Amino acid sequence: MVGHSLPRSIWLAGAFLGISTLVASAQQAAQPLPPGSALIGRPDSEAAQKLAPVAPPPLPAAPDKLPIAKLKVPAGFNIEVYAAGMANARSLAVGDKGTVFVGSRLVDKVYAIVNKDGKREVKVLASGLYRPNGVAFHNGTLYIAELSKISKIDNVESVLDNPPKPTVIYDDLPKDEAHGWKFIAVGPDNKLYVPVGQPGNNVLHDDAHGQIRRMNLDGTGAEVVALGVRNSVGFDWNPENKQMYFTDNGRDWMSEDVPQDELNRITKVGEDFGAPYCYQGDIPDPEFGWGHSCSEFTPPVGLMGPHAAALGFRFYTGGMFPKAYKNAIILARHGSWNRSKKFGGDVVVVKLDKEGKVKSIEPLITGFLDNNSYVGRPVDVLQLKDGSILVSDDWNGAVYRVSYGKSKVAAKQ
Amino acid sequence: MQKTTIALALLLIASSANSETIEERAATCFACHGEQGQSETENTPSLGGQQAPYALIQLFMFREKLRTFEPMNEVAKPMTDDDLRNFSDFIAKLPKPKPTADAPDPARMQRAQELTMKYHCNSCHHQDFSGGDNVPRIANQREDYLAKTLSEYKDNSRHGYDGTMADVMGPVTPEQIKDLAYFLARVH
Ligand code: HEC
Ligand code: HEC
Repeated sequence: MVGHSLPRSIWLAGAFLGISTLVASAQQAAQPLPPGSALIGRPDSEAAQKLAPVAPPPLPAAPDKLPIAKLKVPAGFNIEVYAAGMANARSLAVGDKGTVFVGSRLVDKVYAIVNKDGKREVKVLASGLYRPNGVAFHNGTLYIAELSKISKIDNVESVLDNPPKPTVIYDDLPKDEAHGWKFIAVGPDNKLYVPVGQPGNNVLHDDAHGQIRRMNLDGTGAEVVALGVRNSVGFDWNPENKQMYFTDNGRDWMSEDVPQDELNRITKVGEDFGAPYCYQGDIPDPEFGWGHSCSEFTPPVGLMGPHAAALGFRFYTGGMFPKAYKNAIILARHGSWNRSKKFGGDVVVVKLDKEGKVKSIEPLITGFLDNNSYVGRPVDVLQLKDGSILVSDDWNGAVYRVSYGKSKVAAKQ
Repeated sequence: MQKTTIALALLLIASSANSETIEERAATCFACHGEQGQSETENTPSLGGQQAPYALIQLFMFREKLRTFEPMNEVAKPMTDDDLRNFSDFIAKLPKPKPTADAPDPARMQRAQELTMKYHCNSCHHQDFSGGDNVPRIANQREDYLAKTLSEYKDNSRHGYDGTMADVMGPVTPEQIKDLAYFLARVH
């Protein structure tokens, strides 16, 4: 299956999951812990006691300090710096006229990469925002998702030189910091999709959390389309059948190798994907899984690796890459922190079988992870009109472009 | 803290931009943060031995008003990116603060130590609470500042760089915050 990109031991562990989970549960049961105790799954080894989230530097890397020489792509592909100097560059969206919009999470800005008179230039489109991670472009309008509100700028590509303050369209959202930042996108049904993560690593949450909602483009008519979602930071629609796929990040502190992050598919409104009762489709949570069975929930269509932080992805529909890439998923794995040997920190090509399930995972960009530390971290993927793709890197505050064939330099749009 | 100290400090900063060495410029910082970053000022953190990447992040956040405390926002306002880097590297090389000099209450120390395990404080901040990279040193920080800043993470009035500490503080009670601050100020 997806063997080559994961150490073999993980696949073996996966095979024996049923057993190992039972053992783990039995151990937990042997020493009763109060419900909600963070002791559950607490690491005891000294190595595990040094695990902590890694944060990118707040200042964008100078263009000559970008790790571009370390980034590897398969033969025939090229990678270049598309734009730099955007602190904490996160989600990507592209306008009809070719403007690329870039959100951020740890700073207060949304950037616009503008192509003007044959030159590419980075502008600050909006600032003073709170964790404006999500951006989506639709019919001339840019939608921006902050931690607890969604706003928009109409005709954004005509007002780049003098942008107005974004207008709020929806703010019926919790204010939790944990998993509060948002990826957003407009679906083929012309609705805006907005995730609301679980407000913590592993928590029994209320009705307002752990879900994906959709709403009309003016913020009215919000409804929940998916439940049991821990923290999704990426989704797109399969061009063949319009089904929505989304990544979901597995919980921390259970173990080094499980649970893996999920790639999920919504086939009907209101499906439940398991969190916090069941992870990766077959591991009942040691704390909350009691009284539940994984069979109650929709399993993922594929697993994206332990603590890998599978984030943004797009189905590839362009004409530039070889045929084998048609309708494949190009997906950014931000990389782990809750694991001794870091995993992920790459961009992969995920191919689906006839049933829409994951058939293979192959590398597209590697080299972000160097000697168990990050020189860059990919966040989101975006396809340009010419069929090349852009990848954002929040560690360096940069966007890279991957093309195939002779043309090494981005066409000036 | 007296208004005059602040005014004086800010005046010094305004006049010190270019010509002086980082040591000379740091005199203004020491006015509040204590000689060599060993704070004797109420609710003001010691800076000595702080992790440089953490200090850089915080100075950046003060400059961009992502973390708000007006005197610090003023201090950081004129700083260039290089200033941020130089001050954080400088801070990291100052001596680390010493434990509060009193005889700690063993029962309270024990109780708090268990909390640091329960809430993984000793994982992210390392077992000796010296931190690493973006995770700050919290060992032997001032007790009043620790209690204040932990409460502010809990009620979201201190916005962290990311949501990590807000997430951690969710289940921690006000009583436990007091014990944790007591313990961290005295831990050896
Ligand atoms: C007017 C008094 C004052 C002056 C002058 C001052 N600081 Fe501060 N500083 C503070 C206080 C008070 C805080 C804590 C703010 C809070 O509670 O959030 C702080 C916080 C900080 C922090 C974050 C520490 C942490 O543990 O999170 C850093 C770093 C810092 N100051 C560096 C400096 C530097 C460098 C200078 C000199 C260029 C300086 N400060 C000058 C009062 C001052
Ligand atoms: C998952 C990792 C993690 C855990 C667990 C954690 N911390 Fe933190 N802590 C951080 C990070 C990262 C920061 C910096 C946050 C920011 O940008 O403000 C921080 C900041 C702090 C600060 C601010 C220090 C200063 O100088 O202002 C204190 C105090 C603190 N933590 C105490 C604790 C205590 C007490 C616990 C356990 C109850 C704990 N932390 C658990 C990662 C963690």
